[in-house]
Amino acid sequence: MTERHIPETDVEKVSYLRAGHSLRSWLLTTDHKRIAILYLYAVTFFFFIGGAAAALVRIELLTPGGDFLTNEGYNRTFTLHGVIMVWFFLIPSIPNTFGNFLIPLMIGARDLAFPRLNLLSWYIYLLGGTLTLYVLVAGGVDTGWTFYTPLSSMFANGNVVAATVAIFIAGFSSILTGLNFIVTIHTLRAPGMTWGRLPLFVWSHYATSLILVLATPILAITLALIAAERLFGIGIFDPSLGGDPLLYQHLFWFYSHPAVYIMVLPALGVVSELVAAAARKPVFGYWFVAFSSIAIAIIGFLVWGHHMFVSGQSMYASAVFSFLSLAVAVPSGIKVYNWTATLYKGHISLDPPFLFAMSFIGLFVFGGLTGLILAMLAIDVHVHDTYFVVAHFHYIMVGGTVSAFFGALHFWWPKITGREYIMVWGRLTAIFIFLGFNLTFFPQYLLGYLGMPRRYHIYDPSFQVLHVMSSLGASLLGVAYVLPFTYLFYSLRYGKPSPPNPWGVTGLEWTTPSPPPKQNFDQIPVVTTGPYDYPVEMEDRR
Amino acid sequence: MTQGSPVHEPYTEASQQHEANMLGMFIFLGTEIMLFGGLFAAIMVYRIEHREQLIEASKRLYLWIGTANTVILLTSSLLVALAVQASRAGSRRVGATLLVASACMGVGFLGLKGIEYAKEWQEGLLPLTGVRHAFSGPVQELFMGLYLAATGLHAVHLTIGIALMVGLSWRVGRGSLRLPQKALTVELCGLYWHLVDIIWIFLFPALYLVR
Ligand code: HEM
Ligand SMILES: [Cu+2]
Repeated sequence: MTERHIPETDVEKVSYLRAGHSLRSWLLTTDHKRIAILYLYAVTFFFFIGGAAAALVRIELLTPGGDFLTNEGYNRTFTLHGVIMVWFFLIPSIPNTFGNFLIPLMIGARDLAFPRLNLLSWYIYLLGGTLTLYVLVAGGVDTGWTFYTPLSSMFANGNVVAATVAIFIAGFSSILTGLNFIVTIHTLRAPGMTWGRLPLFVWSHYATSLILVLATPILAITLALIAAERLFGIGIFDPSLGGDPLLYQHLFWFYSHPAVYIMVLPALGVVSELVAAAARKPVFGYWFVAFSSIAIAIIGFLVWGHHMFVSGQSMYASAVFSFLSLAVAVPSGIKVYNWTATLYKGHISLDPPFLFAMSFIGLFVFGGLTGLILAMLAIDVHVHDTYFVVAHFHYIMVGGTVSAFFGALHFWWPKITGREYIMVWGRLTAIFIFLGFNLTFFPQYLLGYLGMPRRYHIYDPSFQVLHVMSSLGASLLGVAYVLPFTYLFYSLRYGKPSPPNPWGVTGLEWTTPSPPPKQNFDQIPVVTTGPYDYPVEMEDRR
Repeated sequence: MTQGSPVHEPYTEASQQHEANMLGMFIFLGTEIMLFGGLFAAIMVYRIEHREQLIEASKRLYLWIGTANTVILLTSSLLVALAVQASRAGSRRVGATLLVASACMGVGFLGLKGIEYAKEWQEGLLPLTGVRHAFSGPVQELFMGLYLAATGLHAVHLTIGIALMVGLSWRVGRGSLRLPQKALTVELCGLYWHLVDIIWIFLFPALYLVR
């Protein structure tokens, strides 16, 4: 480790990072790698806005009384937290940054199928994001991220219309990205890159994209109907006209359950790559892992009713949804078993990315198992709308997806920037995130089981100890999330230049220089081996 | 099919580029179907929940205008299909004329639709805020809301389609869209037009013919 600024290397001089220096060359770029970086900035920004809202929530919950935020203020804070985290961080997080950067590199292509559409999707995302910031400044919304009618359509007095329009707009960015990925994976695979040789990261993004293009339009029309009701008085969900608020819930969850898989499938893809790299072994049961992504995408469309067990929907429907929800856990289970089998007897590396992957597996299992508990009809009646549910989905979406996001960031950072960061700091961050996360969210399982309802800020004093633990954990987590900024930015100036394949792993992206040149490959590669062709010869590593 | 059309950046072969454009368009059309799917789901659910009143409400729609519009759109789709054939054969004049003609039929559709809305407005049947309402019951208002949302969204799509057709015929006529090399562009816009047509083919029975 040297303290001296390491000047630009020859590889960097001809890389995509130096292909044009002006701001214009960034803002009008059609290079998938640069667009990935634009997205990285944007989603990180929203992650911290959403995080700030979470901090306010946790501060408020330190005491049983409502002494920091008003009732209305609290509602607006958690709504904003949910909206920003779901639509402006989690959904675009891994696909639009790492997916964008890596899919063409992994399949041996020069870019995505529609490079200009890719850039357009970033601008659309920004437009939606800006409108969300406007909602924030204008005073927020108080409906929760679920926008249930008739609250959202008739009674809420926040900026419901602006918020729904913002999400509507952001949805188009999702759709364009999904479309682009599907077409890319179909048409731009290098010669010899058969479907059976696709890295599992690509498979999971394929599955994600299917959901993006099929589910997002339903959200769009549903939110548009809310906006139409508020703006023009067209009351499609209005109970006084015979409209059915449950229809709203069905439409919303028909999108939003598949959407939770939009949030986690890319993470599953990242972890498949990381596990193979950590063990330096081929992924056990390649086809099972690949098709479990597709199975999740399909079955995920059939389980939305498990969010409505206590809504008054038909008991028979609930029973079927309960069964299907148990079924959707099977492909997730397959992945976890296969990762474990891959690690078995491997020489497991504990470099930072792999620590994130291990913590992902643990937290994902925990979140998934509690999903099964929630999917049991009888138990859900007890814990529905409690902190148990809050803990369940945070284990998967924060413990899982955000850990995978950081894992991906640490794994592909040398490829993206051409520099190596200081490993110790990465390891510490992974450990802090794991500890902080569990301290924040494990108490919430207990709180929920004991009966603490979600979305309330005045609570029974007996819950205070657990809430304080959770808030303390959140502080640790917050610090741990900021840590990477220090050593990653430090690495940009002072980091050791990275060789093409610093981890000694397989994958076409590692055959390119770090950072890659603008056109990715001088010659489109011809693929002759499967995706995890271990062991890698030593001389290939450098 | 599109031999000679220039191959752009990420592609190495014309066939690859052709396949990508087609696939992209079909996926986009799939998303459009899902978008309207939400409305169709709502129409279906309410038809089950309020069968009798919904049928009553549907009787107030102008069946003849709906029918005329169906005929117009179907014919326009035929013209678009012929325009695609013409552009594949490289006949610019015919292609441009057919495209303009279909755009005109689209405008005709919107005109009739406008007349229909105006009549309903006068009768107090449009459930907009600040309009005199004359509904026979709450479900009629609900139904007219669905009707307005669905046909309104369709009209927006048709307007985009008309703009596409006009722009396309301009470029074909002037020769800035070279035919038959770029016939794919015509074909893709044509697919969009057909989809807008097909959506109407489903909206028409769902709204007008349930009586
Ligand atoms: C292993 C399969 C899973 C099962 C069986 C499952 C089951 C459930 C059930 C039954 C509920 C409803 C609880 C209630 O409201 O009473 C629920 C809520 C939720 N789950 Fe899962 N889940 C699974 C995986 C996931 C994944 C992978 C994610 C996210 C990436 C996720 C995110 C959520 C969210 C966000 C909610 C709460 C939504 C809300 O009401 O605001 N779940 N889950
Ligand atoms: Cu769900």
